[in-house]
Amino acid sequence: MLAMEYRGPKRVRAVQKPMPEIKHPQDAIVRVTRTCICGSDLHLYNGNVPDTRVGSTFGHEFVGIVEEVGPDVTKIKVGDQVLVPFNIACGECHFCKQNMFGNCHESNTMSTAVGAIFGYSHTAGGFDGGQAEYARVPYANVGPTVIPAGMDPDDAVLLTDVVPTGYQAAEMAGIQPGDTVLVFGAGPVGIMAARCAWLFGAGRVIVLDNVDYRLEFVRDYAPCEVYNFDEIGDPVLFIKKITDWMGADCVIDAVGAEASGDLMQTITGRKLLLQAGSATALHWAINSVKKGGVVSIVGVYGPTDNLVPIGNMMNKGLTMRGNQTSVKRLLPRLIEHVMNGTLNPKAMITHRMPLEEVADGYRMFSAKLDNCIKTVLIPSSANK
Amino acid sequence: MENTAKDYKQIKGWGVDADPKNDPTYPMRDRMNVSQDPNSHSHPEPMQHDDTEMLKSNERPRVSAVYGTTVPPSGLSGLIRRFAFRYSENEYRHWLPLIVADRVNVVEGILEDFTHGKIPNIFAEKGYAMEWKHNRTAFITKMAAIAAVTAGVVVLLTSDSDKKKKSVRKDKGYKKGYRGYQDTHAL
Repeated sequence: MLAMEYRGPKRVRAVQKPMPEIKHPQDAIVRVTRTCICGSDLHLYNGNVPDTRVGSTFGHEFVGIVEEVGPDVTKIKVGDQVLVPFNIACGECHFCKQNMFGNCHESNTMSTAVGAIFGYSHTAGGFDGGQAEYARVPYANVGPTVIPAGMDPDDAVLLTDVVPTGYQAAEMAGIQPGDTVLVFGAGPVGIMAARCAWLFGAGRVIVLDNVDYRLEFVRDYAPCEVYNFDEIGDPVLFIKKITDWMGADCVIDAVGAEASGDLMQTITGRKLLLQAGSATALHWAINSVKKGGVVSIVGVYGPTDNLVPIGNMMNKGLTMRGNQTSVKRLLPRLIEHVMNGTLNPKAMITHRMPLEEVADGYRMFSAKLDNCIKTVLIPSSANK
Repeated sequence: MENTAKDYKQIKGWGVDADPKNDPTYPMRDRMNVSQDPNSHSHPEPMQHDDTEMLKSNERPRVSAVYGTTVPPSGLSGLIRRFAFRYSENEYRHWLPLIVADRVNVVEGILEDFTHGKIPNIFAEKGYAMEWKHNRTAFITKMAAIAAVTAGVVVLLTSDSDKKKKSVRKDKGYKKGYRGYQDTHAL
């Protein structure tokens, strides 16, 4: 089968690989019909996630058709069209019992800090991802969800990660009616976090980024106030000024390790890898939230350390929340929102490419070329 | 960037998920301690059985019920990865060797390509066609800058080594001459 293959930092290609096999009675094999490149794939693409092995296939956002099921699979059947949450979750461990499906303890042997994620390095379990014609899907009774009749597959593929992650970012921010919510990052997750902040009753939503076309998009899509942090001087000071010198009630870090905006963070975090990515957005988040406010982190950082003003967290009495998204927990509500038109995820898709052009897709998304917001890869076998 | 004021209460879906009970939010909302869980170590049955080499975090007593089997450790990078897994996720001795192994693995990947008679198409793998199509001027400038810096470094290194060679030759000549003088003198 054709699959994306990682060859080293900023080097990927499409190659022929062996078909995935059923390895466990609860496994399924899914023929992929849509798969996306995610912002967090760029951490892998740039070589910033430890234990990213040459030969791995990325891709944790995909939908497809069930081709084969193991003997213990009862919840889905061959021929079902399914969306596959990016977390691999058993549904039975101590953490899954608490709806923490993003923190499953029975899917990742190689690390205890993170649950398993499709195609996200051996630190996240060593599973191949969905940027391929076929994928092995463990715990098929738990994760894969049949796509409701009438749902556009473009919406469905964004329900595997982007929509739930944006929604959970807003949820974790503990937004109360009338709150001012500040979102760092106008990538797909930041866009969705800004959109979902309104669902929780926000009174004002502000997005900061330095990419104008993305700011223009989120300004109209969320809708919200937007500012280019390259044009406002000190972003923390600016936020204080426009929030009556108090700071935002809730701040969402939807950027993570690839942040720009601070030279020291960029050099030590992205170039020299002396910290687990550039923590510029988190640094700004802690300093621009009001005292007693909440910082919600969905931006992905590496497993080592980051330079952030943790003393200010104590002095300001902040609450910080973060997690990998519990996609399965959120899906019923989010499917409702998509089906009734409250959320329109597919509007974020700007590019469609055949899987064969995966290297071009990564470059386009990574370098933000051609006003790219979200790229969908379509394997040629999708239309079998 | 121009912002225009909107009546936020008119935004579709405004407040539909507002809930005073949303505080504390997930995941604390659903928290349960181990003593509240009658079977806190429960796991799906059966366990996956596979002969593929698996590196296990030493922060867990056994492998997980399922696991990934792609790209088992091999070669020099594999040796480094096995070393890394002797240490917990709390240790730099775990993570830094893994990052080193990743870089070694890239070189192994290139060698692997050559041994299979394949020359990696770096231009295509880096997706430079997109840069050429959508960002040509900046791309050409960047490539020219890289070429200039590379050429400069090569010239610098070459001239240094030329100087060193000349200096060594001079030194040798001097020493030889001196020895010759001494030898002559001794005669």
